[in-house]
Amino acid sequence: MNKAFNLENIRKDFPILDQEINGSPLAYFDNAASTQKPKAVIDAIKNYYEQDHSNVHRGVHTLSVRATELYEESRTKIAKFINANTSNEVVFTRGTTESINVLASTLSGLIKQGDEILISTMEHHSNIVPWQELCIRTGAILKIIPINKLGELQLDSLEKLLGKKTKIISVTHISNTLGTINPIKKIIELAHLYNAYVVIDGAQAIAHTPIDVQDLDCDFYTFSGHKLYGPTGIGVLYGKENLLNKLPPYQFGGEMILKVTFENTSYNSLPYKFEAGTPNIAGSIGLAAAIDYLNSLPLNLCHQYEMEIHDYALDQLKSFSNIRLIGESHKKSPIISFIANDIHPHDVGTILNQKGVAVRTGHHCTMPLMEFFNISGTIRASFSFYNTKNEVKQLIGGLGIAFKMLS
Amino acid sequence: MNVLLLKSVKEIELEISQEFEIFDSWMDRYEYIIDLGRQLSSFPDEWKIEENKVQGCQSQVWFKTELKNNLFVCQAISDSAIVSGLIALLLRIYNQKDPSDIVATNPTFVSVIGLDEHLSPTRNNGLNVMLQKIKNDARNMVLDQQLKTKLN
Repeated sequence: MNKAFNLENIRKDFPILDQEINGSPLAYFDNAASTQKPKAVIDAIKNYYEQDHSNVHRGVHTLSVRATELYEESRTKIAKFINANTSNEVVFTRGTTESINVLASTLSGLIKQGDEILISTMEHHSNIVPWQELCIRTGAILKIIPINKLGELQLDSLEKLLGKKTKIISVTHISNTLGTINPIKKIIELAHLYNAYVVIDGAQAIAHTPIDVQDLDCDFYTFSGHKLYGPTGIGVLYGKENLLNKLPPYQFGGEMILKVTFENTSYNSLPYKFEAGTPNIAGSIGLAAAIDYLNSLPLNLCHQYEMEIHDYALDQLKSFSNIRLIGESHKKSPIISFIANDIHPHDVGTILNQKGVAVRTGHHCTMPLMEFFNISGTIRASFSFYNTKNEVKQLIGGLGIAFKMLS
Repeated sequence: MNVLLLKSVKEIELEISQEFEIFDSWMDRYEYIIDLGRQLSSFPDEWKIEENKVQGCQSQVWFKTELKNNLFVCQAISDSAIVSGLIALLLRIYNQKDPSDIVATNPTFVSVIGLDEHLSPTRNNGLNVMLQKIKNDARNMVLDQQLKTKLN
């Protein structure tokens, strides 16, 4: 089936895009922070609350059965989207941050003093701090896989860092600041030679590349719904079934139990073991609606188009002589980070906002990476398939004004 | 006495708002603010220490406040041009003031000069944090003065 990519129709699916900011049409280039939501997602959440809401599981009445079916259907759709072996491998969380925290907390039991955890220079704080805390608790050592000046992971250094003591490698699939696509399949292969567990931060990648967790053979893959055109507050922790079964529960309470007496409690099976309390039912339904929506698009062409927009913007940016690109990996996703001589990124962002252009400025929660490049922050434009060349022109025009005012 | 010759916080706020009235576009306002920032008196590098750093701003901001001749005296700088401009406005309003005047007056100039939409204190530009820093330091100066009076 060959579906055509129709930008005009796609834009109509995102009601929020059709508005003015400070008298200019909105040009939204903050997609790496959060993507906008298609009407299908908004409607799914609305319909759920208007027609089907009740608490999930164990209810005999119709609404509870409907809510449960929708919730579990969402899990199945997500499992299929990432090609998990079974929907038991899909645990709902609040987002990537919580998914990584679940792992850093529950993997603790397998870690002893002197063991090594590997992360990379380009990690988001949520893939640094939970592991630092794990190291403090267990006496394990956090080691950093270096990157080169282009912002690419140095695989030869990784090979040297790997050893018998390596227990966990947690790396990002795509850098939220640099746009670098990491060779995670190769990393997973290398790590497994040493029987280390591999955690992938897929927060960015999930929206820009097809994910097949079985093909990747990663042990854990994490992502957030809101960066995949779904709602905030819902995310996914994928884990291989045998590994998730090995790990202890993360939180304790309702839903995650099998039997409770005052003397003893036995825990529920996967994935409920990790889902204590009433889950974010509407969030999961919204995320499934986002996946349905994406599946209705020619997703490959969407990804291709995002890179076209990225390349076009990159080309246009070359007209400015004061710009230094941060992140020039040979394999990139549609994210451009740059700085402009001595001009503060925050000032550029403020002026761009006056022209209706939404970019993110600052350290993007990657302070060690900023330190590596010896900068305090960047201006980041991150693209989605709903962005247009005209919006890029608006960005370039806004930058021209900002640089003139601030130089 | 010196204090009598100086304008009050309210008077300067009014002056600033009158100046901003002549601008009819956001660009003019911002250009003026950026220009004010450029005119800030220099802030020596040796003052750029952790103790003087104002936490909670997206840009780096340093404030050095002291009580001189019973007046609040402050020097400050930011690595952001726009924030430096905001600092210039704040210093114009609060520098060389009786600390108790600072504590007692709530700033209104942000909304009056038509920047509230863009630079409201809830936005992450540090304006709110800088205002709090000024008020806190002024409050501490007042408390110190009261303590000294008591001890005497």
